[in-house]
Order: sequence, then structure tokens, then C-alpha cells
Amino acid sequence: MVMGDRVREVDVAVVGGGPGGYAAAFRCADLGLETLVVDAGKRLGGACLFEGCIPSKALLHVAAVLGEAERAREFGVDFGPPRIALDPLRKWKSERVVGKLARGLASVARAKGVEVVGGRAVFEDSRSLRVEGDEPQKIRFTHAVLATGSQPAPLPGSAPGGDRILDSTAALEVPDVPERLLVIGGGYIGLELGQVYAALGSKVSLVEMTDGLLPGVDRDLVQPLARRCEKAFLAIHLQTRVDDLRDVAGGVGATFAGKTAIFDRVLVAVGRRPQSEGLGLEATRVGLTARGFVEVDERGRTADPHVWAVGDVTGEPMLAHRALRQGKVVAEAIAGRPAAFDSVAVPAVVFTDPEIAWCGVTEGEANAAGRAVRVAKLAWAASGRAATLGRADGLTKLVVDPETGRVLGVGITGPGAGELIAEGALAVETAMLAEDLALTIHAHPTLSETLMEAAETLLR
Amino acid sequence: MPRAFVLPDLGEGLTEAEIRQVFVREGDVVREDAPLLEVETDKATVEIPSPIGGRVERVHVAPGQTVKVGEVLVTFEDIGASTDRSAPARRGGPVPATPSTRRLAREMGVDLRAVNGTGPGGRVTDEDVRASAGGPPPAGQRGRPVAAPGPSGQPPAEPLERRPLARVGAEAPALPAFEHYGPIERRPLSHLRRTIAERMTLSATLVPHVTHFDRADITDLDALIRRNLEAGQARGVTLTLTSFLLKAVAHALGEHPHFNASLDPAAGELIVKRYVHLGVAVATERGLIVPVIRDVDRKPLLEVQRELGALAARTREGKATLDDLRGGTFTVTNIGALGGTGAIPIINYPEVAILGVARGREEPVVRDGSIVPRLLLPLSLTFDHRVADGADGARFASAIVRRLERPDELLLGL
Repeated sequence: MVMGDRVREVDVAVVGGGPGGYAAAFRCADLGLETLVVDAGKRLGGACLFEGCIPSKALLHVAAVLGEAERAREFGVDFGPPRIALDPLRKWKSERVVGKLARGLASVARAKGVEVVGGRAVFEDSRSLRVEGDEPQKIRFTHAVLATGSQPAPLPGSAPGGDRILDSTAALEVPDVPERLLVIGGGYIGLELGQVYAALGSKVSLVEMTDGLLPGVDRDLVQPLARRCEKAFLAIHLQTRVDDLRDVAGGVGATFAGKTAIFDRVLVAVGRRPQSEGLGLEATRVGLTARGFVEVDERGRTADPHVWAVGDVTGEPMLAHRALRQGKVVAEAIAGRPAAFDSVAVPAVVFTDPEIAWCGVTEGEANAAGRAVRVAKLAWAASGRAATLGRADGLTKLVVDPETGRVLGVGITGPGAGELIAEGALAVETAMLAEDLALTIHAHPTLSETLMEAAETLLR
Repeated sequence: MPRAFVLPDLGEGLTEAEIRQVFVREGDVVREDAPLLEVETDKATVEIPSPIGGRVERVHVAPGQTVKVGEVLVTFEDIGASTDRSAPARRGGPVPATPSTRRLAREMGVDLRAVNGTGPGGRVTDEDVRASAGGPPPAGQRGRPVAAPGPSGQPPAEPLERRPLARVGAEAPALPAFEHYGPIERRPLSHLRRTIAERMTLSATLVPHVTHFDRADITDLDALIRRNLEAGQARGVTLTLTSFLLKAVAHALGEHPHFNASLDPAAGELIVKRYVHLGVAVATERGLIVPVIRDVDRKPLLEVQRELGALAARTREGKATLDDLRGGTFTVTNIGALGGTGAIPIINYPEVAILGVARGREEPVVRDGSIVPRLLLPLSLTFDHRVADGADGARFASAIVRRLERPDELLLGL
């Protein structure tokens, strides 16, 4: 150690300021533990706030407004063609939305006495780490919480391209509205951003390796979205692999299905990978999986008794709300409480138009596991509220244990599915019976009635 | 399927232990009975041997960590043998219970997979969890206070638990709201305090206690001990009254074997033990601990004295092993060290009786028509009235008194 280095001693050092990190830090502080967060950007919010959930939802809101305005012609209201100015759009997104939330988190941290140190944390052993960068120092901790998250995965086998090739972080900055946009990857990120750019005016082509959009998601739920994307996108190429990407005059040449086409920009959205490298974890007893995820037990403790981990770096599903819950569990476990991450329902939401949301057991999973289930599907064509919205393309689906009637899983497609799934998560998490859903009065006319009505179809 | 090795039941009412040392590393191949780890309980430091031969796949604990009985210590790689005792399989998926019920189960140390759910659709309810843990906790148990950091600012990584004591028999009524009358402080019980509290409650609630009082004239015994102090010290032992007391009790138990027994109410039988292992209550800084001297009836007095000294020292230093602490058949407790004229001890369940000894005092005694000073030792024998009656107790107590009063007979084993 060099003279003049600062050595801090804390109860808990949290590495990474995303949702998992700040949830753990805030809860630790609430429980009376001296807690500090090391974050490369010296800010709380992480990928979720600065380059993920929040900015993408802000842009999707813009896309939804454009879509609604367009659809208004149907009932005789014509706003005319939209004129889109990117500077005010970006300013609104980064200052009014992201900036406001970031300031909010910073003030919560101040109020709770959680210091945020800027720099890169590197573990020296199981009890100490050094911070490299702007505020170099050494930190001794009793417990550390790894919350380093994930980052966009590059396209396998391709060299990093020029600035016309974007990852999701770059795409959320909306450098421009490219005339021709190629989206590589038909997962939720590709679809959400593809829809944003389509709404802003890009001609979007999408390439997906597997035979359907949103691989792994219930096909019944995906179908309405797929239909809408087919209309909104220029082309969707399934079971297609991009063989080559290279800068050419006037754009990026992308070779797939034996042909090369020119695009103004390419968005690579082929998944995210954990950020577990370069942290000095080899100096600790932390164990990693083959894919680089940190292995944790149900309390969030790694193989090193002084190091805990939460969020994307611990594996799938990489969702902010899972990280938030894990963060609270780890904080309570550190404080000696009998906490455990035992959530049954981790809801997943794709914020496309229509939205897709699900939680618990899916029909496909039950079938794959050879588990008998009863399934109820209620098409929104029967919903009064859906009709008034002009959106009868939704679907509500329940997966129920045939013996007990217990709700095992819920899936919803349609506008507002992300909000509606909360009731499904509550039902699954509390082991509620379909009968309970059916016998609970749901306000009329609302889309939530579809949950009640789907449950009613299961009653004998 | 890898085999998980959990912290075994340590007996003595112990529910948890602190890991002192881990002797194996992941990947190590160990043979059966090779030392795996060393744990420290409230009472003793114990080496835990490997239950099987095999390869250590994962070590789940580290020195300094507190683990509960049943918690996984080490996972062994599958060695083909299907001796794995996993929880009863439930048909697919997690146990149906609300998150708050699951948290309650964790707080009470209840394995939900082992609980039969009585709620709708087989849902496990709070009541099911409480019933499984043995009765409802006192009102106001939920919403527990926050664990505050220790005085040094160190986080209470494994703080004392505040879960309810194991319940026996009748339920205590809710406590009044003391804070209405003045400020209060709630302190968690130490592990040893908790153990003592639970076991005393068990004994006092379950066993109908009777106490018989007597006094032994130990003037001659005291003189004998004084005369032989130096001779004893030459052999490396310091003679004390306690060793004579233990020998006297051991011989008296030979005459009255139903005091060297345990009642099995379920079987309707008295289990009489053909060995005499005497527990000696030792006051330590942490609380009362009862180490056991084995086969007192068969060992010469000097040997008993020697073992007693070593055992008491080990116990006070927290170095007693689990074997030092179990297997007792009868307990002797010295209740006179800090003064007083006598006390009524509570039986060390499931033993049948306990002998309390107060401080010996010189008192005026009428002998052959004249008053003489004699050294009298007050004794209080508490016994289980289900097993013995007052007359039995009186006879057993006199059998002890007689031996204390005639030390030569005691030494000759008469």
C-alpha cells in the first residue's frame, strides 16, 4: 500500500449502484450497518436507470403516443403527420425522466447515510478491495455485495464495428432516426427498440436465429405481438443468422440468408452477459459458473462467506425487480435475519405494443416437465374495456393445478399487461386458488376483468 | 445426486454451533471418520468426523460462521450409495404458502416441505407452521425489533436469535405492556441461557418435584480431608468435599437404583441404568453447565477427584467436549458457594433426582447430653414423585448422609 492511500472500514461495501446494489445498500443502512457503494459512474441507478428499463420505457411511451395518434384517424381525429425533433426528445428523456430519478436516488442515499464512491472496485481478498479511478482508496469490509450487473453481449464471431453498429445502450441515445435499421435479435430488447425506431419512422428489418420472436415465451402470448410487428416492420427474418457485418459506402453491409443488404444502422440485441471479470474475484472464494455468473445460495451468499451477490451477475432472469428483491434479502441476511430469496413468481414484462407479461409456471414449462395442468385462455375480444380501447387483440391465460385449483402461472398479452400481471404475481406468490380470482369483484369495465373471467371458466 | 452433510444433532439441547476450523477443502478426498471440521457450541468444542468416504464437492461454511443443526456443512460428490435422506418429495414446484408464512417458517426454523398444509388447495398457513414448531408463539411476536450493530460498530453478522423458546405444556399468558409504566429494554437471550431456560421449563413443567431435606455431620470427614490434603497434593490432586460426596452418592445409588433411572411414560416403564455417571453442576461466566464423570461407583476416590478437577477446569474454560457433557444419570449441585442456608434444585431432566449441597457450617449439636460444635452439611434431595415417594427419598438421603458421616466406611466401599 502506498503512503497516502485512504483506508476505509465499513460494515458493508456494495459494488455496483444498480437496483440490486442500491436496494441492498439502502436496506443495510436501515438495519444500522455502515454501508458504502462503489460505482464506476459514481451514481445510483445502474443499467436500469441509465441504459435500460427507464430510458427504453420513456422512448416506448413516445412510440405509444405516436401509435395512438395514428390510430385516432380511425375514429375521426387527425393530428396530421408527426414532426419529430430529436434534441427535445433526448433532453426530455435524459433530464426530465432519467435525471430526475437519479437525483431522487442520490437524495435517498444521502438521507440514509450511504456514501457513493466513484471508481472501479477490485477485490484484494475476502475482506478488502481497492478502488481504482477517480477516488482511489482501499476499503476494508465485513461483508461485500457484488451487484455489478450485466452488459450487452456482442454478436458472436464479429469484430466490433464502427459507430453505425449500436448496442442497446447506444441505441437508447437515439443518435438519429436511421432510414434503414437492422435489428439483430428477436428478444425483448430488439423488439422494444425495433418498435421505438419503427414508430419514429425507421424502416426496420429484424433477424432472429430461432423460429419465432421472443424465444422461450408462450406462443399464445407472442402471437398478437408478432402480428403487430409484421405490420410495423419492413421484414422479419426468422431462423436466420447474420454471417457478416461490415462498413460499406453509405452504411453497413449485412450478409444474411445468402444476400447482402445495406442498412444505415444496425442494432445488436443478442442478449446480455454478466460483468464478473476484472473484479479480482480470484482473490476471494467466490465461485463462477461456466457462463461467468456468480454462484449464490438462497440467501445470496457466494462460496466466500464475506461476499454476497445480487442481480444480473447472479444469473437469469436478468430483471431489475428480481435484483431489488435479492438486494433486500442479502441485506437482511447480513444483518442476521432469516431472509431467503424464495420468490415463486418473478414477473417478466416485455414493454412492446402490445405488452406481454407473465409469471410463474408457463404452459410450455409444465408440458416439458410432464406436469398436468389446466389452462384457461380468455381472448380480449370479449372484453368491453378492450373494445373501447380499440384493442381486442389481447389474451389472458391462467395455468392452474388440476387437483387443487391453485394458480401456478399467469400470462397476459395486451396494452397494460405489465400492470395487470401484478395481480397474477400476487395470486401465484400467495398460492391463491383460481376460485379466489373468480370470486373477487373486479371493476367493470377494466382489462383486469379478464383475469376473473378466465378463472371463472375453470370453475365447475 | 450429491450428498449433503448437515450439522448433526449435538444433543444437550444444543441447536447451533460456531465453526472453528474447516479441515477439508473442495476437491479433497476424505475417508470415513476423518476430521471434517471443528465446531464450538456453548458448552464444548467438538471435532466432526466425515460420515462417509468420498470427495468434497463443496464446503458451505467458514470459520466464524454460526450454523444451526440441520444446516448443510459440506456436500459430497455422489458416490453411488443412495444413503441420501432428502426431504419428502412433494409433487412439483415450491410449497404453497404466502411469502409471509414462508418468512415465519424461516424465523421459526420450520422446514415447510415437512409441513402438512391445511389451507385452501393444500396451502400451508401460519397456524400450520406454528403447530409444526410446537404451539403458537406469544402475541406480538411478529414485527420483531431490528438487530442493532454491536457496541464496536461491527455488524451483528450472526446475532442472537429472538425466536420463542421451545414450548412445553401450558401456555404463558401475554405479558403486560411494561412500557406503559416506564422505559424498558428487550435483550436477546444468550444461547446457553436459552438452553437452560428451555430445559428448566421442561423439567419443572413435566416432572412433579418433591424435595427432601437432611443434614450430614461431616466433622470427621472434614478432618480426614484436612489430614490428607498434603498427601493428596503429593499425588497431584487437591482433595475436596465434592469427590467424597460423589462417591457417597454413587454408593447410595447402588442401594437405591430407582434414583439412577429415567421414567419412560410412553412405555410405562422405568429405565434403570446399570452405570453411574454423575453430573456436577459447574457455574461458569456464561451460565450453568453440567459435565459428567463416568462410572463413579467403580473408580477410586483419588481418580474421581482427579477427573473432577480436570473436568471443572475444562468446563470453565469452555473446552469441555460433548462427551464430557452427556450421559449423566444423576446430578450433584453445590448451592452453597455464595452463601445461603439451602436451596431447592430442579431435576436435570430426564434424570430422576438431583442432590443440592449447601455450605457446611459449624453448629451447636447436643451429643450425649452436652452441646458440642459440629460441622453440618445441609442437603436437599429433589426427586421425581412419579418414580419415588417421600419415604424412598428419605431412605436414599440417609444412605448418602450415613456415608458422609462415616468416611472410613465410604473409603472401604462399605
